[in-house]
Amino acid sequence: MNIDLTETNASAVASALVRARRSAGSPAMGMVLTLVVVTDEAGRYDAMKTAAAVSSEHAARVLGIIRRSARGSARLDATIKIGNNASGEAVLLRTSGELVRHAESVVLPLLLPDSPVVVWWPQHAPDDLAGDPLGELAQRRISDSASGTRGKHGSLLAQARNYSPGNTDLAWTRLTPWRALLAAALDQHPAKTTGAEVAAERGNPSAELMAAWLETRLGVDVNRKVSRGPGITDVRLRSRHGDLAITRPPSGRSATFSIPGEADRPVALKRRDVDELLAEELRRLDEDDVFAEVMRCVASRSNDSSDSKPRKRSAPTGKKAATKARS
Amino acid sequence: MSQLGVDNHSNPLRDPQDRRMPRIAGPCSLVIFGVTGDLSRKKLMPAVYDLANRGLLPPGFSLVGFARRDWAHQDFAQIVHDAVKEHSRTGFREEVWNQLAEGFRFVPGDFSDDDAFERLRLTVAELDEVRGTGGNHAFYLSIPPRFFPDVIGQLKAHGLAEADGESWRRVVVEKPFGHDLASARELNDVVSQVFPPEAVFRIDHYLGKETVQNILALRFANNMFEPVWNGRYVDHVQITMAEDIGIGGRAGYYDSIGAARDVIQNHLLQLMALVAMEDPINFEAGSLRIEKQKVLASVQLPDDLGRHTARGQYAAGWAGGVKVGGYLDEKDIPSSSTTETFAAIRLEIGTRRWGGVPFFLRTGKRLGRRVTEVAVMFKKAPHLPFTDTQTEALGRNALVMRIQPDEGATLRFGAKVPGTAMEIRDVNMDFAYGGAFVESSPEAYERLILDVLLGDPPLFPQHEEVELSWQILDPIIDYWAKHGQPEQYPSGIWGPKSADEMLARDGRSWRRP
Repeated sequence: MNIDLTETNASAVASALVRARRSAGSPAMGMVLTLVVVTDEAGRYDAMKTAAAVSSEHAARVLGIIRRSARGSARLDATIKIGNNASGEAVLLRTSGELVRHAESVVLPLLLPDSPVVVWWPQHAPDDLAGDPLGELAQRRISDSASGTRGKHGSLLAQARNYSPGNTDLAWTRLTPWRALLAAALDQHPAKTTGAEVAAERGNPSAELMAAWLETRLGVDVNRKVSRGPGITDVRLRSRHGDLAITRPPSGRSATFSIPGEADRPVALKRRDVDELLAEELRRLDEDDVFAEVMRCVASRSNDSSDSKPRKRSAPTGKKAATKARS
Repeated sequence: MSQLGVDNHSNPLRDPQDRRMPRIAGPCSLVIFGVTGDLSRKKLMPAVYDLANRGLLPPGFSLVGFARRDWAHQDFAQIVHDAVKEHSRTGFREEVWNQLAEGFRFVPGDFSDDDAFERLRLTVAELDEVRGTGGNHAFYLSIPPRFFPDVIGQLKAHGLAEADGESWRRVVVEKPFGHDLASARELNDVVSQVFPPEAVFRIDHYLGKETVQNILALRFANNMFEPVWNGRYVDHVQITMAEDIGIGGRAGYYDSIGAARDVIQNHLLQLMALVAMEDPINFEAGSLRIEKQKVLASVQLPDDLGRHTARGQYAAGWAGGVKVGGYLDEKDIPSSSTTETFAAIRLEIGTRRWGGVPFFLRTGKRLGRRVTEVAVMFKKAPHLPFTDTQTEALGRNALVMRIQPDEGATLRFGAKVPGTAMEIRDVNMDFAYGGAFVESSPEAYERLILDVLLGDPPLFPQHEEVELSWQILDPIIDYWAKHGQPEQYPSGIWGPKSADEMLARDGRSWRRP
């Protein structure tokens, strides 16, 4: 069921939600969180679809925020979606005029009582998520550096410099299967690591995070290599007996898992869709300590490299960028 | 936890803070005996695939099938493939399949065949070599218990039961764990001669269900239920596991077992223990076991078993719009069979918390619908400032934990009927587990297989619990054996009249689940 409300306000939207629930015959609310999606007209279809998919795992009230032109008088239009095979409910809120700078005033009355709030910026996340008026309402703030428009690495760096607890980035989420495999490799072959290397397409923020993670965890320098992608293509840990490596060919959904002294094995390592990434994010809503540590490392690496040599336009993940963190 | 499958301390990439990182089992293999059976095809093999699909199996994980079939490895792979395609919970992905399929091995042979077990030993050694399974192997006995002595003896004789160094060997057995106390002890002797207690995993798939684990969360993570969780407020507890189907093709097995042994001994007594136990000091296997054992050990049977137990056999009737035959008409069931297909018993727990609170356990086949639930029924308020007519439709407050299907919890209480008159009627407040969280919550077998591979034992009953359960059930079954035929009840209703009378004697009645 779709309900359109034009030139409306938050309380009218709230009562329309209650009415819609009652008329659907099930006035009880089983929703566990509010998911605020900050999007635009071009991205709204995909973003709301993804949010609805996630809602089937974590029943949520999804509030999509679109900021239209700031000119003209303040105005709010809303579209409510309930049912249509989705659990939870979704509202698309279009703000225009002066209201675009006060979208949080629309969102606040529509938050579910006493339950977590998550804000997700599929694109164009602000540099300081926690300082953003919408971000301030949330326990969890999710950006995606890989979707940044001003240089992917730049987005990640901005996130790292402004990191605050509760922030997270889908570039980090994408790494979970890789990290699990690397940990499994060290389980199987518990050798002392003497070095590491990450190969990925240029400017890939996940590769940056992977390198920082390995560096903080293993205390070794991590060599960076540029490959043709997509994403990360190869991560290897060097040990006295040889390399522990996970390699994903450009075509592949599966990767090769190699450890010294044993035959290579195929392992499934599909690039995951955004709804799977988002679902993973929503499983835990407390601070991700490991990510915090990694972001500190990313921020300090960039400080070090900008201290030692004047920053060039290109990201410090250049071709022969064997970036060293602590000298 | 003393012995996880992986050593978290030595691996710098693992960190207890890193809660995104899935609990992946360490390098290992799973050897399934009786791999051609129903359980294996419908549950075990799909669960293994689902685990792999969720990325929870280690890269070199291997699956070995053992059965009396003349198969090559590829034939076995084909069987697994079909089983996975048909029964897996998560979607079929070629790359996951390829990862798994490389680790498939099949060993043909009989349980008494020395050569076959020698081949198994070589296969396992080869896996250690080629797949890096590191000497860690779990043996899943998906076979009738009468074969246990053979298989366990063979495992020992061929050196498959001992692990060296850090590696492990585990054995997994399925219910029934015996058919009475004596046979349970016998079975345990067989297993424990070869495997130490911590290497024996008894699967009660009920305990792997998310909602059963949620009983612990509901009870021990919340403050509002604990104060009323005792005999002062609770009138009685009803634990029901009902099935709408008959015995299907399991005549041979079922007729020698019956409803009480099949369901009450394991599932219902375990559920009762979880509902009734005191809070454990932590959630480690040992602590949970102590509390569950205390409950089981303090169970008191009614003095008059005839008045406080009931049993029945389904007769022909109409169930859910289908005309069905009775138990005695089933194929391969002798017409003189006294096996019960419905069993209800009243137990009390002799502790300060539960003194005087009866626990009613019932299970049956061909009942009204398929449902498992635990209903905690509260006492009526000591004083009602309303007239009798105003509260005529007010029943007992209840907290119902719905285990399956439609997992969740229901709180039942009185509310005013809208209108000018004061009239109070029962309403339900509902929490749907499926709707609020994971629509795709993992199958019980996935959780349990993963726990076996991780060596994480909290969800597995230990031998002491099994023995205690039989001690509770044996006198009842003996009594029934001396008292002739169970009462017939038409298929599709909620059991025999004697079950209703049994509660009516106490001034109570069964909830319609």
